[in-house]
Amino acid sequence: MSLLDIRNLSLSIHGKPILRGISLRIAEGEIAALTGESGSGKSMTAFATLGLLPKGAKATGSITFDGTNLLTLAEPQMCDLRGREIGMVFQEPMTALNPVQTIGAQVMETILIHKAMPRDKAEARTRAVLKRVGLPPDHVPLSRYPHELSGGQRQRVVIAMAIALRPRLLIADEPTTALDVTTQAQILDLLRGLAREENMALMMITHDLAVVSDMADTLNVMRHGDIVESGPTGDVLRQMRHPYTRQLLAASRHQANLGAAKADAPLLSVQGVSRDYPMPRLSLFGPRPTFRAVKRVSFDIRRGERVGLVGESGCGKSTLTRAILGLEPVQEGQITLDGHPVWQDGHPNLKVRRKMQVVFQDPYGSFNPRHKVGRLITEPFHLLPDPPTGTARDRAIAEALTAVGLSPEDAGKHIHAFSGGQRQRIAIARALIIKPELIVFDEAVSALDVRVRAQILDLMADLSRAYGLTYLFISHDLSVVRSITDRVMVMRAGEIVEDRATKDIFDAPNHAYTRSLIAAAPQLPDDLEALNAPHPAL
Amino acid sequence: MLGYFVKRLVSLVISLIVASAVIFSVVEIAPGDPASFMLGINAQPDTVAALRTELGLDQSKLDRYLSWVGGMLTGDFGTSYTYRAPVAQMIADRLWVSLPLALYALTLSTLIAFPAGIFAAARRGGAGDLAVTGATQLGVAIPNFWFAMMLVLIFAINLRWFSAGGFPGWDAGFWTGMKALTLPAIALALPQAAILTRVMRSSLLDILGEDFIRTACAKGLSSRQALWRHGLRNALIPVLTIIGLQFAFLLAGAIIIEQVFFLPGLGRLIFQAITQRDLIVVESVVMLLVFAVILVNFLVDLAYAAVDPRLRTRT
Repeated sequence: MSLLDIRNLSLSIHGKPILRGISLRIAEGEIAALTGESGSGKSMTAFATLGLLPKGAKATGSITFDGTNLLTLAEPQMCDLRGREIGMVFQEPMTALNPVQTIGAQVMETILIHKAMPRDKAEARTRAVLKRVGLPPDHVPLSRYPHELSGGQRQRVVIAMAIALRPRLLIADEPTTALDVTTQAQILDLLRGLAREENMALMMITHDLAVVSDMADTLNVMRHGDIVESGPTGDVLRQMRHPYTRQLLAASRHQANLGAAKADAPLLSVQGVSRDYPMPRLSLFGPRPTFRAVKRVSFDIRRGERVGLVGESGCGKSTLTRAILGLEPVQEGQITLDGHPVWQDGHPNLKVRRKMQVVFQDPYGSFNPRHKVGRLITEPFHLLPDPPTGTARDRAIAEALTAVGLSPEDAGKHIHAFSGGQRQRIAIARALIIKPELIVFDEAVSALDVRVRAQILDLMADLSRAYGLTYLFISHDLSVVRSITDRVMVMRAGEIVEDRATKDIFDAPNHAYTRSLIAAAPQLPDDLEALNAPHPAL
Repeated sequence: MLGYFVKRLVSLVISLIVASAVIFSVVEIAPGDPASFMLGINAQPDTVAALRTELGLDQSKLDRYLSWVGGMLTGDFGTSYTYRAPVAQMIADRLWVSLPLALYALTLSTLIAFPAGIFAAARRGGAGDLAVTGATQLGVAIPNFWFAMMLVLIFAINLRWFSAGGFPGWDAGFWTGMKALTLPAIALALPQAAILTRVMRSSLLDILGEDFIRTACAKGLSSRQALWRHGLRNALIPVLTIIGLQFAFLLAGAIIIEQVFFLPGLGRLIFQAITQRDLIVVESVVMLLVFAVILVNFLVDLAYAAVDPRLRTRT
C-alpha cells in the first residue's frame, strides 16, 4: 500500500483553479519527483499535503496518508502530523530560518513541540540529527545563529528540523535551487541517503529535470495543474509520450546558435586587479583587518567575444563585476574599456560608464513598478551627454523593444503586465538602448523556467549575431554558460583558476576545481543524447 | 557585543557634547546679550550690568561653556533669575512629577498596545481586527486634551472617583500620588497606545508573512504558537523604536495635559521659563531633556541588540 495516495485532487484559490484532479502515489522509501515550470502547481501539491494552503484555497478529492484523509483532518490533528510524520524542506534556506533563534533551539523545537521526549534527550537527538545532516556540533555549535552559516549549512539545518522526528514522508520543495552546484550535489546526496537508509518516502519538487533524473524512482511531470505524464523515471525520460515532457527536456539542454566566434582588438582589459573589503575589528582599537575578495586578477575581453564567468557564491565574481562596471574602486591594478579607465580620480568614469550596461537576475526587482516600459528602458539615456528626445526617443524605444521580440506598443504598459521572461526581455532592451560596447549579464537567466530560459538564450545569441555584441555572462550554472559563450573563466576564492575556450574547458578541464564543478553539475543520462535532436526554439 | 556597546556609548557621549554646544550657542545668538534679553527693553543699565556679572557674561565664551557643563556635571545648574531658586532643585521637584507620569503613561500604552496589536494581527481581516484598527484610528485622530476633559467629566465630576486635578506630592503617600497621576496618564497613554498598536500590528503582520513562520508551521506549531514563538520577537524592533520616541515625547510634551490637570511638571516649567525669558532655566531644562532622549535612544539600541543577534556582530 502506498504511504501517500493523492486521488483526484483539485484545488482553487479564490475561485482560480490551481490543481485539476491530480493523482499521485508515493510508497515508503520511494523518491517521487514532481517537475514542471513555475505556476504548474508543484508547490501547491506539497502545501495541500501538509495542510498549509493559503487563505481562500478550496481542495477537493482526497490526500490519504497512511490510511487517513488529510483533507478532512482537523487543524490540531494536522499540527500533530506536521513535523512528526510529514516533514518539509523549503526552497530558500536564507529565509526559512528564524533569524533571532539559535539553530539548536530551532531544531529542538520540532522535537519538543510534539512532546516526543524530555528536554535532555531532545538535545541529544538534536546533536545526532545535526551530525546526520553534516553539521557536527563540535564544528558548528548549537548556539550558532542562522546568519553565521552559509546557504548550504542553513539548508542542512532546515533538513535537520524536518527529519528530527524521523518522519515517514519528507517533502522537499526545490531544496537546491538557491545553492551552488557543489553544495547542491551534497544536499541531493543527503536527501537520497535519508530516503534509502531511513526508508523515508521523499516527494522531491524541482523544475530541473537533470536534478531528479538520477535520483528519483518515479517522475511526475506537471503542467497547468495537471500531471501530464508519470511513471518510473527511466521510462518517462526514454519514452516521453507527452509533447510537454519533450519540450522540457529539449529546453533544459538547449544549445543556442551563437554563430562563429569573433575576436578583434581587446575591448575590456583587467590587469592585476585586487579588491579588499574591511572586516570587523578584532580588538577595540586594533587595525581593521581586510578581506581580499579578488586577488590580482587579469584578463582581456576582445570586441565581439562572448565570455562566461563561473564560480560558487562567495568566489568574488560579483565583486569583480562591480569593479568592472565602475561601481566600486579597486585597491590594486587597473580596469580599462577601450583604453580608458573605468574609475578615475575617485569617481566612476562616465564616458566609459555609458559604454557598459548590465542585466540582473531579478527582472522585477530592477524596475520601478510605477513607471511605464517606455520610461523604464530609456533610463540609461541619463548617461548620455545629449539624450535623444521626441521622435528620436520614440524611435529608439521602438527599435529596442522590437530587437528583443516585443512590440513598440508595449512601451505604454506597466511592468506588472509582463511575464518573467518578458520582463527579462525588457531588461535586455534597457541595456541595448544606448548601444553599449559591453553588456554584463549577471545571473540573467537564473530565475527563469527552462523553456523561457531557452528563449532568452536564443534572443541573446540572435542579438549577438545581429549586433556583434560583446558580453560577459556571469552564472553559477555550467550548462547555461556552455551554451552561450565562446570562452569561460572559472573563478575560485578570488582567483581565476582556468580561462580557456568553452569547448576545451568542458571537454578536458585542466584545473581540479573545474573538474569538480563539472562533476557536481547534475546531468541527464547519456543514453538520452540521441533524443536531443535539433528542436525549433520554443 | 562589547564592541557594539562601546560604539553606542561613544556615540552617546558625542551626541551629548554636540547637543550641549548647540544649546549653549543658541542662547548666545539670542538677540542682544542674554542679560538685556532677560530683563526686557525697559531695564535700567545698572540692573543689566549686575545681571551680566551674575551670569558671568564678562568671561570668555569658552570659559562660560566649560563652567556651565562642569556645573551640570556636578549637579549645579545655576540659579533661576525669576524665581531666585537653584535650577537643580526646581528641575528635581518637577521631575518627580513628570518622570513617574511619563513612565506610568508609557506602561499603560504598552499594556494596551501589545495585546491589542497581537490580537488584531492574529485575526487579520476579521471582525476583531477591524474593531481594533477602527479604535486606533479614533485614538490617533482625537487629541489627548479632549480625552483629558472627558476623563475629568466622567471620573472626577460625575463619578467622583478621582480628583479633577492637582498633585498632593509624594509625601502624601505613594498610592495617593499614583491616584492623582492616573487620569493624566490615561489621557496621555490613549493616543500613544493607538499609535503603538498600529505599529505592533503591522510589524507582526509583516513577520507573519515571512518564510520562517511557514517553516514553523511545517514543524507542527499551530499558527498561534508560531506567532508567539517566532513572530513576536522579530516584530519588536519597530515597536521598540516607537516606544523610545514616545518616552521622549511624554517626558517633555505633556504640557497640555499638565495644564488640564494642574500638574507641576517639566512641561509647565519650560513654558513658564520661556514666557518669563529665564534663559538659565530654559538652557538647563532643554539640556536635561536632550540628555533623557539620548539616554533612552541608547537603551533602545541596547534593546535592539538583545532582541536581534545579527546586530551584535555587525560593525
